[in-house]
Amino acid sequence: MQRLFAQASDWIEHRTGLPSAVRHFLFEDIPASSGWPQVFGSVALFLFLVQALTGILLSFDYAPTPGDAYSSVSYILRKVAGGRMIHGLHHWGASFIVVVVFLHMAQVFIYGAYKKPRETTWIAGAALLLITLAFGLTGYLLPWDNRAYWGTMVTTQIIATAPVLGPYLTTLIGATNGIGVLTFSRFYALHTLLLPASTALLITIHVYLVRRHGITPRPDDIAEKQKFYPRQAFRDVLAVFIAFVMLFAAAALIDVPLERLADPTDTSYIPRPEWYFLFLFQLLKLFQGSLEPIGTVVLPGIAVAALFVLPFVHGRHLKFLDRRLASAGVVLLVFAFWGALTATAITTSPRQNRPTLVPPEAVEWAQISPEQIAGVGYFRSSHCDSCHNLLTGNPKPGPNLASSDVHHSKEWLIQHFRNPEKMKTRDAAPDNHLSIPQLNALSLFISGLKPDSASLMQTISPDYIAAAQTYVVGACASCHKVNGIGGGVGPSLNGLSGRRSKEWIKAHFAAPQQLSPGSIMPPYHFSPPEENRLIAYLLSLPD
Amino acid sequence: MSQATENHASSGLERRNFIRAMIYTLTSLIGGTLAASVGTYLFGTPQVETDSWADAGDVSELQPGSPQLITFQRSREDSWKIHNEKASAWVILNNDRKLTAFSPLCTHLGCAYNWQSDKHQFSCPCHGSIFSATGQVVSGPAGRPLDRYEVKLEGSRLWLGPIKNSQSA
Repeated sequence: MQRLFAQASDWIEHRTGLPSAVRHFLFEDIPASSGWPQVFGSVALFLFLVQALTGILLSFDYAPTPGDAYSSVSYILRKVAGGRMIHGLHHWGASFIVVVVFLHMAQVFIYGAYKKPRETTWIAGAALLLITLAFGLTGYLLPWDNRAYWGTMVTTQIIATAPVLGPYLTTLIGATNGIGVLTFSRFYALHTLLLPASTALLITIHVYLVRRHGITPRPDDIAEKQKFYPRQAFRDVLAVFIAFVMLFAAAALIDVPLERLADPTDTSYIPRPEWYFLFLFQLLKLFQGSLEPIGTVVLPGIAVAALFVLPFVHGRHLKFLDRRLASAGVVLLVFAFWGALTATAITTSPRQNRPTLVPPEAVEWAQISPEQIAGVGYFRSSHCDSCHNLLTGNPKPGPNLASSDVHHSKEWLIQHFRNPEKMKTRDAAPDNHLSIPQLNALSLFISGLKPDSASLMQTISPDYIAAAQTYVVGACASCHKVNGIGGGVGPSLNGLSGRRSKEWIKAHFAAPQQLSPGSIMPPYHFSPPEENRLIAYLLSLPD
Repeated sequence: MSQATENHASSGLERRNFIRAMIYTLTSLIGGTLAASVGTYLFGTPQVETDSWADAGDVSELQPGSPQLITFQRSREDSWKIHNEKASAWVILNNDRKLTAFSPLCTHLGCAYNWQSDKHQFSCPCHGSIFSATGQVVSGPAGRPLDRYEVKLEGSRLWLGPIKNSQSA
């Protein structure tokens, strides 16, 4: 067995040189004074790899368009096996990276490891820090919930205030006309293409430079150098393991926030950035009016510039940083300033005035008639959205349905769906295969659209839409009223949850006359999921 | 070599071996946990409802022995979307009044097949698979009989459920 292994190793060595490259890497000479403070670089690298892995996995199930992004994230969280874990690792991993990258930089700063000849190593690292923050910023938009939408709204407005560059940057991120599909696509492209490629390149350069110049020894370290493997390798692996256990626990125990679908008309929403940007958020409050660019651009700009020029100005102007204690003091001061701003932001920001997480049964949907809810589903399945926007979006050939000045009657709409050529429209609606009740539902949905209801319609869960469609196809409205609409033969279904149990409704579907003697309701035999969805919907109807 | 130096060297070696073992153990733990998470994510079954039933229409006019292609509207959960779409089925009423509904796709490579009334058989235009009126393979490359919908009758209305794959011949 051992001989076979040696032979295989020889074969690979002869052809690729890989085993000797690994040995060369592991048996690097490092200063004897290296120890625990030097582990953060490896932990950061490991976390970047976890982000890459989980990011690729998420992209397998993620639909990168504003129309589908939210539903697909919700699908990953609620339906994909292990989806919550992978999403959690990616979400919390982002925060972990920020913490570890800052710890890594603090250690390098305190140990003076950025000084000649390691200036370029520091600059590559500083660029990686900015990329890490850019990852956080662009990834924040991708779930397309209210938090994402409104948080990014503030970010794009901040970017727009940059002197000279503002308008160009705004065009570059596709936010000239507010946040829309273009902003979304650009953020997605940055997050999944440009930033990962830049990260890979910079990490390669950074690690190469670390290898080239070696780890910075303590000034008094005159001991014989030691090998990286196994002692320092063990410290690195143990630190990586601790970080991984913490990340895994966070992913398993803390739910990733997914709020309501992005709602551009929600004026009550209080946007808040990710925690590591809160200090900036708070800084802006200190500079009002014409001084605002100082907080948005000038101070952050100076901080970034200081980061990059630090290794060059240190020798002549910042002699005091030669003392490790002084450097540690500077780091402490920076962290204290950052911590104070962050803490103030947390304590002084008003709380959201209503629960922001999606409740299991969103009561707002229950106010809409089942026909209209079902209409949302028919609107999507008949691909009406290929030619019509509901409220916002890129220009499409058909009119914008919620904000259009022209309002057609239901009858006109049904003719438009069934026989578009006869109607006076420039572009015909394609043929569809909806039945009369389904067409009715679709026309009710479209004729009832208003700007404020359009965005609410987009938040309705697929389960509710499916339930409402069952309601429409089952012609329940022939006999029952919901929210005042429907026939009067049977009882109104509003407030059903106060009168009947789930089991009763189930039994009633199967044999109505047994439970309601004299009822003319025919028996309904739904599939179990269909029945469960319909009952959940009926029980959520308000009084 | 003195006894003390020897002891020192051997305890150094033990320590080195312990550290090595720890490196392997911790790396394996991280790798194993990640691999298990990735495996669950990639190969686990998503909780998507696949057994929805659809009203496929009135079948009181159906003649025994002669299959009929029917189309119907159904809703299908497709990951994060629910499609309301047109679907079709070949429905045949046996002489003993038993209804069977075949999936309209050939079990070889998924082409749509046709009914040849003169030969009283289903024939696939792609690779020439032939199926009998009961869905059994008569000839051609298809490896198993036609797949069937689950069926139930409500009066004269036919309800079609999920498609059950037929067993290999």
